[in-house]
Formats: sequence, structure tokens, C-alpha cells
Amino acid sequence: MNGDRVNQIIDAYGGDRTSTLAMLQDIQREYNYLPREALELIARRLELPPGHVYQMATFFKAFSLSPKGEHICKVCLGTACHVKGGAIILEALEREFKVKSGSTTADGKLSVEGVRCLGACALAPIVVVDDEPHGQMSSDTSIKLVQEVVSGQVAKAPAPAEVKPAVVRAAVDLSAVPPAG
Amino acid sequence: MADLYRADVLISCLHGQSADLAPTFRQEIERRGMAGEVRVVETGCRGFCSVGPVVSIQPDGEFYVNVQPADVPEIVEETLVKGRPVQRLTYKEPTTRKSITKYDDIPFYGKQMRIVFRNTGLIDPQSIDEYIAVGGYEALGKVLTSMTPEEVIEEVKKSGLRGRGGAGFRTGRKWESTRKAKGDVKYVIANGDEGDPGAFMDRSLMEGDPHAVLEGMAIAGFAVGANQGYVYVRDEYPLAVKNLNLAIQQAHEYGLLGEDILGSGFAFDIGIVRGAGAFVCGESSALMQSLEGKVGEPRSKHVHATDRGLWDRPSCLNNVETLANIPVIMLRGAEWFASIGTENSKGTKGFCLVGKIRNPGLIEVPMGMTLKEIIYDIGGGPPRGRKVKAVQTGGPSGGCIPTSRLDLAVDYETLSQAGSMMGSGGMIALDDRTCMVDISRFFLEFLKDESCGKCAPCREGIKRMLEILTAISNGDAKMGDIDTLETLAKTVQAASLCGLGKSAPNPVLSTLQYFRQEYEQHITEKFCPSGVCRSLVAYVVVDDKCKGCGLCIKVCSQESIAGSAKQPHVIDQATCIQCGACFDACRFDAIQVIPRSQVELLPKQEVHA
Ligand SMILES: Cc1cc2nc3c(=O)[nH]c(=O)nc-3n(C[C@H](O)[C@H](O)[C@H](O)COP(=O)(O)O)c2cc1C
Ligand code: FES
Repeated sequence: MNGDRVNQIIDAYGGDRTSTLAMLQDIQREYNYLPREALELIARRLELPPGHVYQMATFFKAFSLSPKGEHICKVCLGTACHVKGGAIILEALEREFKVKSGSTTADGKLSVEGVRCLGACALAPIVVVDDEPHGQMSSDTSIKLVQEVVSGQVAKAPAPAEVKPAVVRAAVDLSAVPPAG
Repeated sequence: MADLYRADVLISCLHGQSADLAPTFRQEIERRGMAGEVRVVETGCRGFCSVGPVVSIQPDGEFYVNVQPADVPEIVEETLVKGRPVQRLTYKEPTTRKSITKYDDIPFYGKQMRIVFRNTGLIDPQSIDEYIAVGGYEALGKVLTSMTPEEVIEEVKKSGLRGRGGAGFRTGRKWESTRKAKGDVKYVIANGDEGDPGAFMDRSLMEGDPHAVLEGMAIAGFAVGANQGYVYVRDEYPLAVKNLNLAIQQAHEYGLLGEDILGSGFAFDIGIVRGAGAFVCGESSALMQSLEGKVGEPRSKHVHATDRGLWDRPSCLNNVETLANIPVIMLRGAEWFASIGTENSKGTKGFCLVGKIRNPGLIEVPMGMTLKEIIYDIGGGPPRGRKVKAVQTGGPSGGCIPTSRLDLAVDYETLSQAGSMMGSGGMIALDDRTCMVDISRFFLEFLKDESCGKCAPCREGIKRMLEILTAISNGDAKMGDIDTLETLAKTVQAASLCGLGKSAPNPVLSTLQYFRQEYEQHITEKFCPSGVCRSLVAYVVVDDKCKGCGLCIKVCSQESIAGSAKQPHVIDQATCIQCGACFDACRFDAIQVIPRSQVELLPKQEVHA
């Protein structure tokens, strides 16, 4: 873990305690987990009891306290995906890649986990591999997809391009708005 | 003013596989020399997810489904140059296979009424100009220049608008309490946490029309006397966060947020806070704790948030869908809004219609529409050969309504009386392949994980109920267990601290009310007729029906099925894991679910792999 990077994240929020959650989210995004030293650093910098930071890190589902694999496969277990067999896909992946849900393969290549609703329920069941959602999956197609990703046949999804702020024009036409009074 | 174009190409489903569509369209349009005439717009969700990505061409409204980049040259040539539809890509009515060219003529949209989702899918959510061009921020202008806060509150009260976040609290009353509460500093908070697993209305709204939420918040701020608002968004929705951020930035640049908005002296600013995947944080007091940077644990409700909420100051919390209704009500008037819907539930409601249904997607219907119309007319009914068994509404806090009661109208009271609730808008169609015990177990497992653990009835009660349900689905339960389950459920309902615990028993109680016999069957016959509770069932091939097509062999991930072409196939019970893939794949109803106990009685069959 890079202490400078964590310090940068803390500074980005002005070291403000009410933003602890946002800092943890940024660190999670950066490292895919919350390194112990990062939690300690936050506690020290924000003058919070380490237990308080730890409590937040364990309360919210988005955080992980152990490192993740090189590739991450999330299987949706939300209601829509459940009734369409999400759990069966997860089980098939566990069997195929010899990894328990919520953990990482011995070679560190793949983490598999079940998650709650990814907000694409109409395309259930959903499997997300390296942040790329795939809809209407089955056990077979999921296994094939993960195999391809892990063996490097499919490149990691490129980071989404930044949005260009729309060209903003100087005046707003509010002529339709009735005058005061 | 925005430039004028001859035609617009609207592309939806940006979280589907359509990322390449817009660049392909732009390139092709450029190549044909029409860059100044035709504009390509990437819009939000059009709701018709099963046929996405969809493309529609304005102003004529040609509507194309399942569009791939390879289809682009043909669309440009035929529709944009020659002005005729590409039949190959139009929507086909599933029963008649009739081709429907125009968006408005498709039955999926025909019965819908779009107020909240008036702009999603039709404008570029990342452009404030487009929002303004369709009448956006006009309501804010009207409110700030010609109305007093009391008049705004009166209008909202008259409209009959009720909260879309679940409980259906009257929005006008909530605003009034916040306005009357003592204190100089007040807050408006938009709830975009959308914790219900199986729902994405709020996501589509925040991604597809973020300004509608912001405008609603600014009007709420003016009405209750707040100068600061917060949107609490699920962290799983990065595009919603991005579009909201962009929208706030643009609104600032246009002077529609910030100091002295439109010269009225009213100041209002909005910040975004990301949640981190805790269902309970959608609950009002937990959400406010989380906004304060603490762990999201609910408090007991002897003090109302409207008096002492965020940082102990008067706070008005509304769901994002509730807020998106506000600008329209202000512009078109309370009478108009109140004319839609039923006696006590006004306006429309967005639902996320999913599960075992032909046309899953995001829909918006007037209150009072029957579940039957929603499921059959809009949703197209269950998939081929299946029967609708029940409809689940209200997410983990709601319940299941059986087919026999599908003529119920969608409104707050009717759904509650039926043992379910409106909830935030998840609507999941369940068919005869869904087990009611399993559905209860599913929700309780979810709630067990999500219970914050602060109060004992919820923390312990949910766990014990889950144990009983697990025993039932494993075939380890006895008859008296159902009564224990029911007693437990009622205790948890009565004694829990917050809405999570109070409503947690709903999935159990409603399925017990309508499907008790199915619970009993699991216990007495040790059988799950839907084939879901795997320790109780086995799948076998019905020899006379099997045509030996081999489809089941293909889908079996265990390689447990064998057989040669045109001969009845055989399932090896020793390796079968009862996943049911063969059952779902078979076109001839040749796979049957039988009680596990009957496997031994089957004639011994040789399996040749
Ligand atoms: C456990 C629990 C979870 C909730 N989750 C949400 C949610 O995800 N989104 C939401 O808008 N309201 C949710 N609510 C309801 C809120 O507490 C609150 O009533 C609502 O946001 C108020 O807005 P409204 O009056 O516009 O409906 C939840 C309530 C409970 C008890
Ligand atoms: S339930 Fe899986 S995406 Fe919503």
C-alpha cells in the first residue's frame, strides 16, 4: 500500500471526518480492498478511534478487508436474478474454478462473489466480470466468459471515457416564465 | 438557443452493449455528409430492456430494437436518407409477428403514462440545454418569481402526491412540517439509495434525467426554507453519480443553483453523497446518520426528522421519484395531477417489471391500473408454456399477491390490504417454477445480512425465522414449525425498532396467507412442486414425451444426461444437482419434477456417457 496515495485521498476531502465513508470508497476503488494500514492511517489522520473506522469498513457491503484477485467476477443474487437462477450460476462458477464465493483462487487470478442487485434486473441473470455487466447469462456462458477473461483472451474493459461537460451557453431562455408578481 | 436539426437519432440502453452505437452512427452520418442535419443523442433508459439496445429516429418516431453497429449503415440509408423504415429492425408483436414501426403503437408503451420518466430516453441527460428545451427549470422559475412557499406547499398538498419511497407519506404534509419546524438551517434530502434488490427505477431516473431531481429539490428547498440539499446515491450507480454531478455543475453555471437563483434572492446548493451498499441506509434515520459520516443505524422515531433530522436540524427527506413529480405539478397544476389515479393515490408510479415475464423493463403507469393489465398487457404475460403464480411487490418489505387477486388495482391502500405494499416500485412476476418457501427464505436471508443488529427482535427474530424456512426447504421441518414461524413473524413485526424489522416478516406472512398449502407440502410430502428446493426433488425424463433432441444434454453443466438421437434420454441421479436447466430448456415437457424419495423406486437405468 502506498501511504502517500491514501494521504492524497484524505486531503481531497480536506481531512473532514464526515467524509470518512467517501474516503473508504475511494480507497476500496483504488486497491479493490481496504488495507489495514490505510484504515489505521485514516484513524490517525482524522483522530478517530481505529475501532470506529473498522466499524464503518465492516458495516457497509461495498468494502472488503482482504485483497481481491486480478479479475473479479460478481454474480447478482438480487430478487430478479434469484428467480432466474443466479445462485445456480454462482455455484457452477465455484465448482468450475474451485473457489468459494467471497474468496480468491489460489493463484490469485480470480475472485468470485455474489452481490445484491446491480440495477439491470430486466436482463437477469446478470454476471459482472471486471466491471463489465453481462445479461441473460447461464452457467455455461458464465464459465466460458470467465475462462476467456482469466486466460487473457478478452482484454480488461477499457476505463470509460470521461464525459465532456456540455458546452454551456451564456444565457438561459426563460422567456416562458411569467414575470414576478 | 440550441441549433436546429432535421432529425435526431436517439440511442438508449447505455449500460447494455450499445457503447459502440453512437460513434458508429456519428461516423456514418458524417460520411454521408449529414453531420449538420442529423444529431446523434445518447439518452437514458427507454425501459424496454428485453429488446435493447433501442434506437429511435425523431421526429417521425421510427423505433428499432436490438440494434447492432452493423445495422447502422442501413438505418442511415433507409430512414435518414430515404425516409422509410427498416422492417428488419422494427418491433414484432410476439403473438402475431406483426411489425410495428412507431414507438407509440407498441403495446408495451401504449398503456403507460410518463410523468416522472417524461424525459428519460428522449433527451441527453448530460446536457442542461436539452432539459431546458423540453420545459425544464420553467417550474423553478415560476415558483421563484410568482409563488410564496406556502402556496407551493398548498399546491403539493392539493395534488395529493404521496411519497414514492415506500410508505406513501403525504409529501405536502411533510413539507409543511419541515417549513413550520423551528430552526434557521434546514435541509432537503433526496433518497436515491434504491436498496430494493430487483429494482432500478431510481437509477434510470437519476441517470436519464438528473435535472428533474435537482429541480424538484430546489423547489422543495424554497418551500421548506432550506438552502442546502443532499442526494444520497447508491455507490453501485456510478453513471448516476456522474450525471448528477455534471447536472449540478451545469445548473450552477446557468445560475439555477447557487446564490440568488434567477434574481429571486433564494440560494440553494446540492451535494452528492454516495452510499455504500447497506439496505438499511435507505431508511430515513439511518440515511441521515450515514450522511453525517457515521455508521447507518436507525434511531427510534419519537422525534420526527422534519423537526430534528440531519445534524439535529429540520430535514425533509423525499425519494427521487417523488421529487421528479414536483416540477410537472408546479407547471400543470395540482388539479391536473389529482385527476390521475385513484381516490387516495394520485399520479403515476414507476415500476421495475421483472422476473418471469416476456417484456421485462421499466414502466410507468397511472395509479389504479390493475396488476393484470400490467402483467399481461404491458409485460406480455409469462414466458411460453408457464403460468403466472404470483406477483411480488415492495421488495424485501413487501409481499406476494397470488394470481387469483391480480385484478387488484395498484394503489397504496389496496396493496397493503392485500398483505404487500407499494414499496419503491419493484414488481417481480413469479411463475410456477418459483417456490414460495424459497422466496421467503431468499428475502429473509437478504434481511438477515442487512439488519443492522441494533435491536434484538429484528436481529434474532429474522435469524430464527430463516432457520425454520431453511429447515422447511431441506425437508427437516415438522408441522408445528409453521405456527412457530407465524408467531415469530408477528413478534418481529410488532417489536422492531425501524421499518426494516417491522416489515421484514411481510414476505413470510403474505406467502403463508396465500400459499400455506405449499409450505405444508414441503413438510408432509417432503416435496417442492416447483422443483426449486433441491433436497426435496429429482428431475426425470418422461420417456413417451422425450423426442431425443439432445437440448437437455447440451445445457447440463454436470454432463449428467445421456442418450442417443431420437431415443429417450436418461438423467444420472447420482451426479444430477437438480439445477433444473434441462427442465427449462425442454420444448416437449419431457422433464418432470418428482419427490426425491421416489428416486429409489425408479427402474434402474443404464447411463452411457
Ligand atoms: C429498510 C428500509 C429501506 C428503505 N429504502 C429506501 C430506498 O431505498 N429508497 C427510498 O426512497 N426510500 C427508502 N425507504 C423509505 C424511507 O425511509 C423514506 O420513507 C422515504 O425515502 C421518504 O421519501 P418519500 O416520502 O418521498 O417516499 C426505506 C425504508 C426502510 C424502512
Ligand atoms: S436483481 Fe440482479 S440486477 Fe437487479
